[in-house]
Amino acid sequence: MTDQAVTGAWGGAPFKPALLPGWAEALALAGLSIAAALALSAALIAGLGENPVDALGVLFWGAFGYGEAVGYTLYYATNYIFTGLAVAIAFQCGLFNIGAEGQAYLGGLGVALVILALGEVAWPVAALAGILAGAAFGAVWGVIPGALQAYRGSHVVITTIMFNFIATSLMTWLLVDVLIRPGQQAPESLPFAPSTWLPTIDRMAAWVGAELPPSPANLTVFLALVCCLGYWLFVWHTHWGYGLRTVGGSERAAVYAGISPGRMIVLAMALSGGLAGLVAVNDLLGVHHRLILDFPGGAGFVGIAVALIGRAHPGGIVLAAVLFGALQQGGSELAFEYPGIDADLVVVVQGLVILFAGALENLFRPWLRRRRPGRQG
Amino acid sequence: MDDLLAQALSLAAATLRVATPLVLAALGGLLSERAGVVDLSLEGKMLMGAFAAGAVAAVTGSPWLGLGAAVAAAVGMSLVHGLASITYHGNQVVSGIAINILAAGLTPTLAVAWFAQAGRTPLLSGDARFGPVHLPGAEAVAGVPGLGPLYAHLLSGHNVLVYGALAAVAGTGWLIYRSRFGLRLRAVGENPAAVDTAGLSVPLLRYQAVMLSGVLCGVAGAYLSTAHGGGFVQGMTAGKGYLAVAALIFGQWRPVGTLIACLVFAFADVLQARLQGVPLPGVGEIPVQFIQMLPYGLTILLLAGFVGRARAPKAIGQPYQKE
Repeated sequence: MTDQAVTGAWGGAPFKPALLPGWAEALALAGLSIAAALALSAALIAGLGENPVDALGVLFWGAFGYGEAVGYTLYYATNYIFTGLAVAIAFQCGLFNIGAEGQAYLGGLGVALVILALGEVAWPVAALAGILAGAAFGAVWGVIPGALQAYRGSHVVITTIMFNFIATSLMTWLLVDVLIRPGQQAPESLPFAPSTWLPTIDRMAAWVGAELPPSPANLTVFLALVCCLGYWLFVWHTHWGYGLRTVGGSERAAVYAGISPGRMIVLAMALSGGLAGLVAVNDLLGVHHRLILDFPGGAGFVGIAVALIGRAHPGGIVLAAVLFGALQQGGSELAFEYPGIDADLVVVVQGLVILFAGALENLFRPWLRRRRPGRQG
Repeated sequence: MDDLLAQALSLAAATLRVATPLVLAALGGLLSERAGVVDLSLEGKMLMGAFAAGAVAAVTGSPWLGLGAAVAAAVGMSLVHGLASITYHGNQVVSGIAINILAAGLTPTLAVAWFAQAGRTPLLSGDARFGPVHLPGAEAVAGVPGLGPLYAHLLSGHNVLVYGALAAVAGTGWLIYRSRFGLRLRAVGENPAAVDTAGLSVPLLRYQAVMLSGVLCGVAGAYLSTAHGGGFVQGMTAGKGYLAVAALIFGQWRPVGTLIACLVFAFADVLQARLQGVPLPGVGEIPVQFIQMLPYGLTILLLAGFVGRARAPKAIGQPYQKE
């Protein structure tokens, strides 16, 4: 297999993370991308006739201003850490996984099936089962496109897009015709037994006597942080991670070093899908307590922005996830305060961040590096 | 018998109408990708076009001004894609996805701010939309057995953009296979270094291709909001841009193949709408979702080489840099 066959056509991952331990550069690039995206968004707000500084103030207050808001920000950030790590681990192997959305959705199927089958069990048991099932189902939905690229030469970018659509149809069918709660109109599954619900942060605080306002942030926040640590150990401190990064760097070099690119691609996509599948643990076991239509709600796509801004490093991913969580939560507050501003303004910011951080890097980089413009990172 | 024929004709006519935006967008993607620039931004450009057309047609009452606005908006998005992929040698896939997300956010934001109708543009009256065009003599020959109904009910009575899409297939075919520009366009997608050596500008050719993609996607968007529908609705492209990408791959980056793929996908769509809740003899009721999955499943099988083999332009996705 040549480089061309796997990472050449349609381009590989947008950058090769292995080449970038340059802390200052990574931070500056992320900062510049976010600043450019926010500046354009501010111009848009001004164009809509509102004061962008006031709007930003409302957004910030809506994201961090009071306890409940912080809880919501954390809850969104948890999802984005999972999808950010999912996209990032594929980047490490030179793959661009656009299918985190579908993988998260399928993860939900795994969680729902296992929890409904278990019935009334204590939440630690449910958590463990849910994590395994969510990750397994997500991993399967990632492995198929991975294997098709590794062994059949179809490109992950295109197949993961197709798999998102197939996931949507499949889940709609399952929720409308198969798993629907009998006698119910709304396409949602039976509720999970209350004993399986993961403790929210406020409930956990109550165990130690502290009082926090209720919010959807739950135990899964810690699972997300554990995954970050695991990602860091795996990518930079295991020989599997080394293999993954070698394939991402140069497939030919990997083959020469005795690493099988095909196996690494399958491994990367399995881990990627598995991480995305954990969104279901946060959303279903932690918050909704049943399987509902389209619960990932775009988290898979936000993961692309998070991985790009975080430059595929767990520390950066946590920061970027909190930023996008804050935007999501603050954006709803903004839309509530200003009738002329829609909550979808946040989606504009997401799109701009992806554009600047992922596709227009070379706009800022020569500036930072004083190298010839156009040098690929 | 007559009833069956009428049904078949109505099915075929509906397929043609559903296929129109797919054909336009897929041809746009074809031109861009034949020049070596991956275009996943069909969805976003179409959505921007749909919004611009809906908004301008609602304000001015003219579908033609709406069409112009749609083309301008979509070409604007194309220029962003060109800036990222051609001028700044960025990742073309990321740029396309970014544009789609940007359009998904920008259109409802502007719609809410300007029209305050929950992410829609005002419902268009008859005059502000592209109405049906009755081909000459359609009524006269409708009674003629054989070709009469075919002409009157399948070919006649669509809006002008449906005919535009069919003309675009022929036009694109001529452009890429018969014109000097097309030869250069294909060359730049296969071997940009050779084109560069011949003294032609690779960026200029690629920008032209990317902008043509914007024009076609703009028309596709205008079709959705001012011809097929009566106004812009949030997220109204609903994945049609990605379906067009699939059709383009299925059609092997060739105009006629792409047209056929679009017609097949559109037929599946029309069929699933009509089969809803209708049990088929022998198999019972097929869940519509399975028919909806079909185009995506088929494209994956094709890409994986299980049915035929997809051959992309050689230099697709690779930024070109002069030595």
